[in-house]
This record gives sequence, C-alpha cells and structure tokens, in this order.
Amino acid sequence: MIASEGTLLDETRVYDDLGRQPGPQDLPPDLEASDWWSDEMVREAGLPVTDVPFVSVGGGIGSFVTVDYLRIAGVPPEDIRVLSNLDRPWRTYEYLTRVSQIPRAERIRSDSASRPDNVWGFPSYALTEAIRTRSARPLWQVLREPDFADFYTPRLGMVLTGMEREAARIRYWDMLDTGQVRTVRRRWGGGYFTVLAVNEPGGPSRMVAYRSWFVHLAVGYAGLKFLPELRQFRDTSDFHRVVNAYEDHEHVYTALRQRTGRVLIRGSGIVASRVSERLISERKRHGLQTEIVHLFRTYVEGAHGPHPWSRRAGGDGFAYQGFNYPKSVWGGQLKARARRSEGRDRARIYAEIGGTNTAYRRHWQRQLREGKNGGWYRSLAGTMGDLQQGPDGRLRAYVDSDSSRVELCADYVIDCTGLDGDITSHRVINDLLRHANAGRNPIGRLDVSRAFEVRGAASGDGRIYASGAATLGGYFPGVDTFLGLQIAAQEIQEDLARMGFGNRIGPARSLREWWRWLRDRPI
Amino acid sequence: MVPTLLGRIQTRLFLLAVVGGVVTLVLAPVLPIPGGWGDHYRETFIVLATVAVLGVAWECVYHLLMQWRWEKDWPTLFALVTLVPEGLLVWLLLRAGHVPGAGPPVLAAFLWHFTAVWIAVWLVAQGPMRVPFIRWRFHGGRLL
Ligand SMILES: Cc1cc2nc3c(=O)[nH]c(=O)nc-3n(C[C@H](O)[C@H](O)[C@H](O)COP(=O)(O)OP(=O)(O)OC[C@H]3O[C@@H](n4cnc5c(N)ncnc54)[C@H](O)[C@@H]3O)c2cc1C
Repeated sequence: MIASEGTLLDETRVYDDLGRQPGPQDLPPDLEASDWWSDEMVREAGLPVTDVPFVSVGGGIGSFVTVDYLRIAGVPPEDIRVLSNLDRPWRTYEYLTRVSQIPRAERIRSDSASRPDNVWGFPSYALTEAIRTRSARPLWQVLREPDFADFYTPRLGMVLTGMEREAARIRYWDMLDTGQVRTVRRRWGGGYFTVLAVNEPGGPSRMVAYRSWFVHLAVGYAGLKFLPELRQFRDTSDFHRVVNAYEDHEHVYTALRQRTGRVLIRGSGIVASRVSERLISERKRHGLQTEIVHLFRTYVEGAHGPHPWSRRAGGDGFAYQGFNYPKSVWGGQLKARARRSEGRDRARIYAEIGGTNTAYRRHWQRQLREGKNGGWYRSLAGTMGDLQQGPDGRLRAYVDSDSSRVELCADYVIDCTGLDGDITSHRVINDLLRHANAGRNPIGRLDVSRAFEVRGAASGDGRIYASGAATLGGYFPGVDTFLGLQIAAQEIQEDLARMGFGNRIGPARSLREWWRWLRDRPI
Repeated sequence: MVPTLLGRIQTRLFLLAVVGGVVTLVLAPVLPIPGGWGDHYRETFIVLATVAVLGVAWECVYHLLMQWRWEKDWPTLFALVTLVPEGLLVWLLLRAGHVPGAGPPVLAAFLWHFTAVWIAVWLVAQGPMRVPFIRWRFHGGRLL
C-alpha cells in the first residue's frame, strides 16, 4: 500500500509508504472507541480545547475556496479554522502538477472561468491575461473554442499567484493551524470534536481538540495508485525505473539524456499526454533517440457512445474531451440530470460520462503523428500481465491482449493511471464511516447530500460537509476540479447561511464584494 | 455558462429586458426612424419584444441542436453568430408586416438597433452577469 493518509507533498513520503511513517500518537483508548465524545471525556484525556464554529480539514484548494466563500458571505476569520499539514493551500496541487509535467509557465487543464481565487469567475483568466499582456489572443481563443481552437486554459503560475493574492485578502493565514488531523467525532450535545496532532520541534506530536458546530472535509486524494504488478516489482526490485507519473520522476528524463532508452507509458489520461509531450520535446530539444511504447488498457479507435446524441470524440487510443467530464456537468443539463438521479440511475450516468480521457490539443496531435511516422512512438492495446527484470538488466513487460501475450523490452515504465480514490485508505474518512454513521454513495465513496452534507453524520444542530475527490459519485459529478470545489463551496455556504452562519450572498452583497475583490481590498 | 433549456429562456428574457431595454432607451432617439421620439421608442421596443417572443422558440431549437454535442455545451461563438438567423427572421417578418403594431421598417435603423442589442446582451452573458448573480452559471442560466 502506498498511502494511508493525506499528503502527497513530501516527496520522500510518496516514495516510501505513508503508512510506515511514524504517525501522530494514538488517541486514548476510550476516546478511540467511542462514537460520541462528551466534553468531560475530552477534558479527562487532557486535550486542550479550542472553540470555533467552523473547522475545515485538509487545507488544500477545496478548503481554500470554501473559506473564501464564507469570508465573502461575511463570516469573520475568528469563526473559521483551517486544519492542514500544508503551509499553502496550493502546495499539493503544485507538487502534483509539477511532477506530472506542468511547470509554472505551462497551461493547466481547466477553463478560463474556473478561478479558485475569484468566486464569480469574472474577469476570467483569459480576460485578465489579455489585459496584462495587452493582447487579444486569449479572448480570440475563447471565442473560437472548442470547435475552432483548443480550449483556452490559464498558466499555472497565474493561477497560483492569484490564489496567493486572495489568501492575503481574506486573511487565510490567520485561520490556518498546521498539523495532522487525526479524527472527527460527534459531540454529546451537538457539534463535533476534531483532533489535530501538532508537531513539536524535536519532540513527539501534541494533540489538541477543536470543538465546532460545523466541520468541512476536503482532504483530496488518499494517495498514489499503483497497479498490482507494478507495486510488486517496486517492492521486490526498484522504484527507480518503474515510476508513477504523480511522483517525482525527473531522473528518468535526465537518464534518457545520457543514454538512449525505451519508455513504456501506461494510461490514457491527460497525464499520459503530458508525459509523452515531455519525452517528445526532450527528444527534439536534445536530439535524443528515445522510443515510446504507449500501452492502452482500453484502446479507443474513434468516436464512441451509445447514440448519435451521445458520442464522445476519440482516436489513436484516446478518448477526447476538454475537461475531465463533459462541460455541462458544471452547470448545464448534465448537472441538472445528475442532481435529480439516485442510486443505480446515478451510477449509470457516471458510467456514461466517465472514463479516462484527455484533451485534444493540436500540438499533441502533431507530436504523436511525427512519432508514428518516425517509428519511435508506438501504441499498443492490452493489459500488463507481468513485469520482470531481464537477464540484460532491462525491464520485460508482458502485455496481454485479446488473443496473445507480447513481450516488451523497456528501460522505464511510467505509470499514468492515477491517484487513489479509495476513501477508506484515508484515516479521517474511514473513521467517519466507522464512528459517525457516514455512508457510501452508489460508486462507493462518501455519501453527501445535494448541499454536500455528509449524510447520517449530523450531530444536534451540527453538520459535517465534504467536498473534492472523496465525494465523487454524489449528485454532482465534477467534484474534483476548481469549479467543482467552488460549486460545493457555494452549496455549503448557502446551507450554512440557512442555519444562520454567515449571510446569503444576494445580488447587492455579491456586487459589493466583487468590487472589493477587484480593488484587492482586504476583508 | 452552459445552459439548460429553462436557463436559456430565463436568461434571454431577463437580458433582453434589462440590457436590451437600456440599449434601446439610449439608442432609439438617434436611429433613422421617421416620426418623433414616441415613434422611435414604439418601433424599437416592438422589435425588442419580437426578439424575445421568437427567442423562446429559437431557444428550443438550440437546445435540440445542443443534444448532438457530447459535452451538451453551447460555445460562445454560437451564442454570437445566432444573431444572423434570428436577425434575418425578425427582419423578414417586419417587412412582410407580420409583426403586430410595427410600421414599415427601416433597414439601417433595424441593423444598428438589433446588432447593438445582441452584442450587448452577449457580452453581459459572457461574464458580467455572474457578478450580481453568483448562482446563475452553476444553474444552467436559471435566475429563478
Ligand atoms: C495533476 C493534477 C492536475 C490537476 N489539474 C486541474 C486543473 O487544471 N483544473 C482543475 O480544476 N482541477 C485540476 N485538478 C483537480 C483538483 O482541482 C485538484 O486536485 C485540487 O487540488 C483538489 O483540491 P482538494 O482540496 O480536494 O485536494 P488537495 O488540494 O490535494 O488538498 C487536500 C489537502 O488535505 C491535506 N490533508 C489530507 N489529510 C489530512 C489530514 N488528516 N490532516 C491534515 N491535512 C490533511 C493534504 O495534505 C492535502 O494537501 C488536478 C489534479 C491533479 C492531480
């Protein structure tokens, strides 16, 4: 197992096994065992208690956009605590994008109006870029997207500096407490206790409790996902030549500059596209002879789908789509349809619109064409049956297709198949399932209501909310994106406002707050 | 904003009334229409109302066309260029005298007015609309 708990930030922890890291000290046994905690129990356990109405666990982009909404709705910073092992909300995101080949100057995947630093999405990134660079090009691209140009997407650097500005504006740093969250438990009399293990310099960690009415969870992914045969190879041999695209694997590109080699890429998502882009650009820039073999588990030959009005573009192995879900998931008819669906019907919608896909970018298409014509890029359909080290020291991959088994020789395997979505491998969420009556949705993740409240886990007037990857499978499919996190934040904020925590953001407040945002006025 | 059918219709009616209304109020007096200000306003507001009424049917057509798109989206460019068929239909109806209350149309006045209203509505829908109506874009363009 690669990860048991939250962070992908620290690279050594990604390489190793998060589960093996010395974890925060365990809870006293009677607290550990109880579904409900009383104030006395916590006092007797010697945990110092901080009272605050709202706690957000995670402190990544999901927490950031939720807190941003609450602040704009008039909640003061004293009423909010963000509990995180990150010193900056974008750290994990920045780490994952960097290793998966998006440096700051590169463009990310989401669109012009997906702005985690601006709840209105206006001015959009394209408009801001156009003004800053005094060029109409970004706007011209938005006008022609997606049929006559690739989707406009902002540069990573612009996204991060925007969040930094907004963090300062909403006094995010005053709300942040760093440490590792150990558990969230329901409190007798309503609300919750959230236990944070705070690292003491040089000593063991110290545990503190937060007593709140509301808890928000945005803990991101549980960890990296390794397919069994890769994991086995890494366990018994090395993890130098068999890498996950979401861990730092710069050494592969460096080594290929020194010695010609063949790379086997697995996966057909956007990260696979990015990794092949990097390999091909390196090949060109440094005059290398790198060969690429691209392995597709499901090889997409062309447009596919059940009816003429439901066909996704595809070809050369890939399914093509601008973003990770069809665009109307974030506001159009697919959003409305999923919102009305329950149980198996909802699982069917997910199956229909889901599946690994990548963006159709003209630049990538050109690169792949060149590679195919030059004979140094090859795609292959099948699954990897086994991976071994050959007598010459190179890797031998055995690929099973419908009818045969092919033996492939490679120097590196870059696995681009993804991050771990299994929520039980995250300790805090697993704890909620076991102790707080939380349940699972039709695809097995955390069951949340339309307002992103964790169903079954209410405690008196208190509520737990969740957003991000853990809630995939709910009434809203696009959860694990900036816009999805903002949609969740909006629902959560509205629900909280109904309960008297913060104000409803009507047109007048919205306009006023936007005007403040535009002038970078602190709130 | 990626629209739903109800959202399209609501957005169209709202924006035509508010943005289209303001543009018409400002522009009507200077348009080459015979008669006094009263005639200018009557003719231009009739055009505006026609665009709104016919628009409900147009939105149903667009919604149907959108079903052939995998993403069920409606790109910015489509929202702009639909000005051509819609403008043409209104003009033909005006010329044929099928628009109740409207006098004989003047092409130059119609072109200026229709294009200005369309572009203003389109521009507002591309972004500024999200500022007062923070839920609008996530609800398929619905305001209610
Ligand atoms: C490579 C990559 C590229 C992406 N690109 C885009 C894009 O272009 N556009 C887009 O819209 N979306 C994109 N996404 C998806 C998504 O928007 C981001 O992953 C986003 O960072 C998710 O935010 P989050 O808050 O859910 O998780 P994160 O940002 O990962 O934050 C969760 C944080 O919680 C912390 N945490 C977990 N458990 C605990 C605990 N017990 N105690 C304390 N802290 C804890 C972790 O350290 C983690 O950093 C991308 C994702 C990836 C992986």
